[in-house]
Amino acid sequence: MPADLLSPDLPDWAEYAVALILVIGGLFALVGSWGLIRLPDAMTRLHAPTKATTVGIGAVLIASMLLTYVKEGRLSVHELLITLFLVLTAPITALFIAKVHLHLRQDRGALPAPKSGKGWAGYTADGPVRAARLTRTRADTSD
Amino acid sequence: MIAYAIGFTAACFAFGLLMNLWRVVKGPEVSDRILALDTMVINVIALLILLGLGLGTAIFFEVAMLFALVGFVSTVAYCRFLLRGDIIE
Repeated sequence: MPADLLSPDLPDWAEYAVALILVIGGLFALVGSWGLIRLPDAMTRLHAPTKATTVGIGAVLIASMLLTYVKEGRLSVHELLITLFLVLTAPITALFIAKVHLHLRQDRGALPAPKSGKGWAGYTADGPVRAARLTRTRADTSD
Repeated sequence: MIAYAIGFTAACFAFGLLMNLWRVVKGPEVSDRILALDTMVINVIALLILLGLGLGTAIFFEVAMLFALVGFVSTVAYCRFLLRGDIIE
């Protein structure tokens, strides 16, 4: 281990706080990855990594910011950028993966209907390519 | 104290990486594999930041940022390929 981490010029509270936040983040990451194995089906598996792992990496970044602030007295912006990017992109990837899961499944009738009665948006709002493909296959089968 | 905490957290993230790899291998659906790969990218970002903390340099933040960008773009590209059959329409 490098010497500057073990240097005694850090105040005690900072050392304990950074260590505590790091350990909490590690445990959250472990929970997220364990949930990816443990949870029963794809839709529930989507929850564990997108939430618990994001909290875990957020805790690591907070610990890094705190350590930089205590050691050098300046606010580090790198961590804020990475946190912002991850927090912005995690819901988008979760939405895309959920759409892929819904798109590729065969038993669409087994899904519970939404309360609006218009059907699921992932199936009704067809994109241009998929709509063209659907009309093409319909024309093929009707002939 | 902080050195031990960094070691423990890195071990947690590395073990999580192994569990994600198990899900990538096992599947059973494509969406599970994409999700596991995305989680692997996030865990690798955390490991990079922990490495930067342990070595006391700031160079790893740029690497972590690049990993975040590339991981997001690759996940979205793969999902769009499966959804539309095409990435750039």
